[in-house]
Amino acid sequence: MSRIAKAFESGKAFIAFLTGGDPSLELSERLIAEMARAGADLIEIGVPFSDPIAEGEVIERANLRALRAGTTLEKLFELVARVRRTSEVPLVFLTYLNPVFRYGYEAFFARCREVGLDGVIIPDLPFEEQGELKGVARENGVDLISLVAPTSEERIRRIAAEADGFLYIVSSMGVTGVRSAIQTNIEAMVKLAKGAAEIPCAVGFGIGSPEQARQMARQADGVIVGSAIVRLIEEHGENAAGPVREFVQAMKGAASGD
Amino acid sequence: MMEEKRGRFGPYGGQYIPETLMREIMNLEDAYLRLKNDPCFLGELKALLRSYAGRPSLLYHAERLSEYLGGAKIYLKREDLNHTGSHKINNALGQALLAKRMGKKRLIAETGAGQHGVATATAAALLGLDCEIFMGEEDTARQALNVYRMELLGAKVHPVKSGTKTLKDAVNATMREWTARTEDTHYLLGSVMGPHPFPTIVRDFQSVIGREAREEILLREGKLPEALIACVGGGSNAIGLFHAFIPDAGVRLIGCEAAGRGVETMENAATLTTGAVGVFHGMKSYFCQDEQGQIAPVYSISAGLDYPGIGPEHAFLHDTGRAEYVPVTDAEAVEAFELLARTEGIICAIESAHAVAHALKIVPKMGKDRCVILCLSGRGDKDVASIARYKGVEIHE
Repeated sequence: MSRIAKAFESGKAFIAFLTGGDPSLELSERLIAEMARAGADLIEIGVPFSDPIAEGEVIERANLRALRAGTTLEKLFELVARVRRTSEVPLVFLTYLNPVFRYGYEAFFARCREVGLDGVIIPDLPFEEQGELKGVARENGVDLISLVAPTSEERIRRIAAEADGFLYIVSSMGVTGVRSAIQTNIEAMVKLAKGAAEIPCAVGFGIGSPEQARQMARQADGVIVGSAIVRLIEEHGENAAGPVREFVQAMKGAASGD
Repeated sequence: MMEEKRGRFGPYGGQYIPETLMREIMNLEDAYLRLKNDPCFLGELKALLRSYAGRPSLLYHAERLSEYLGGAKIYLKREDLNHTGSHKINNALGQALLAKRMGKKRLIAETGAGQHGVATATAAALLGLDCEIFMGEEDTARQALNVYRMELLGAKVHPVKSGTKTLKDAVNATMREWTARTEDTHYLLGSVMGPHPFPTIVRDFQSVIGREAREEILLREGKLPEALIACVGGGSNAIGLFHAFIPDAGVRLIGCEAAGRGVETMENAATLTTGAVGVFHGMKSYFCQDEQGQIAPVYSISAGLDYPGIGPEHAFLHDTGRAEYVPVTDAEAVEAFELLARTEGIICAIESAHAVAHALKIVPKMGKDRCVILCLSGRGDKDVASIARYKGVEIHE
């Protein structure tokens, strides 16, 4: 069983996100270890991009901080390799397509396998364009993780049927960022997906409080939290470990229904 | 012919956008396929282009400029004489009508120099649609007159403060806004770029330029021109002029990219000269980028050409060799801008001046029995203040 599949084995999964290299690679490495210890079942590492069109302001600023610090895809691969020496926590990249394209698809997925990266989420690669990557990702045993959105409707079935790893359910219209309320009928989306495939479904976009995490976890197999964590890193900088650990513990607890 | 696969020009194009936008982009494609041959829709567009935008635009034989250069005859395709002062109105009216047929109540658009923003705001006012324009903060300063013009037309202008604060960032902001709200909103994209079907839709609405030009030049000269010359940022006026001539193998198609302070510097926007293939803003094409795949900050004196990418059909025409793309610097464009004003009494857009500048280089080498068509994509009123600044003259509008 893959590490990603295991993340969904025992109860609701809590998935934590940070932008790799924000504000430094050293801090990202420490925070990944902290988050894993605090109960994160899977960790998403954002690969910084100059123009992250699916992100709200919080994660966009993190992207720019990471780029200014000199973060590159190769340095993030090395970071993953270092984490893998001591931890089996499932790790995925969230990256825009262009850095992957420039690295070369074959080389990219081979390197993922080599360092022990479990999956890749590409927000500007919809289902129709996955063909050029899917084969090489599968050959290397790396899950190319698909997203579905509130507008996907009848597309959900088709996307779920082909999905690898887990299905990323985008909770709301718009870009990433904490929202006061999530209006979408997540349960209905999960039901459509589960009707087409046995694939774990995790909800992300807009989840910032334990209450929201509890609510979303009731309707899906896991919750994904990004901007709220990135905001803590922005606020506390090199001292973020404590606040991030406490937050992840609280969110994991809420997602598990404690 | 060129679209072997849906939305592809050779390997270029595609639909590299967030899942949230996929249904809307498919709705748009369906609506466009339904309407593009609909006589009623086309009739309505044609009537507006004629009575409202002032089409057809005519070919003007620039006799004094041709004489001064001593080579081929130069014909100017006068898109600058359209209502709102540029070719952008052709696409804005077409897409606004399409949006209205789709039941949309609100138009959003990016703009660089403000020409597309003004055209979109105009079409929105004409058709009774709400309108919001996203414009890089730096461009709102460079093109303050156009900002006020859009506001007069009832549009809300959002200065975009992220990234390089220019056209690329305006596109990012408009895409983000569209992701948040598609139900009642159409993204009226202004160039032959972005995800399919935009490169095809915008090209179709702009190809009226080349159809008119081809018909008129055959009437007046009895033969096809030696070359077509147009400026390219995203490339909409260029593809508009080129498209009807693509099967005419003897006609050279020349796109002029903004080389800013020079292609040997980092300060340019000459995508095909200095860029590489990548995937960005919904399409596979050429982009100015670093070896990590980060999109590069670009620069040009012209806000309309200050974009790090180029439309996918141009990328394909470039690879196949059917079209040539050449860099033109700020200094060359400004010199051409001034020369055209003095020899022909035409103050053209600084974007179009890039095409004029290349004509100055190649026309003298062509025989007097030849002719070229140069797309004068817009008028230069908006640029007067910034050209003055470039020349070190302080004027107050």
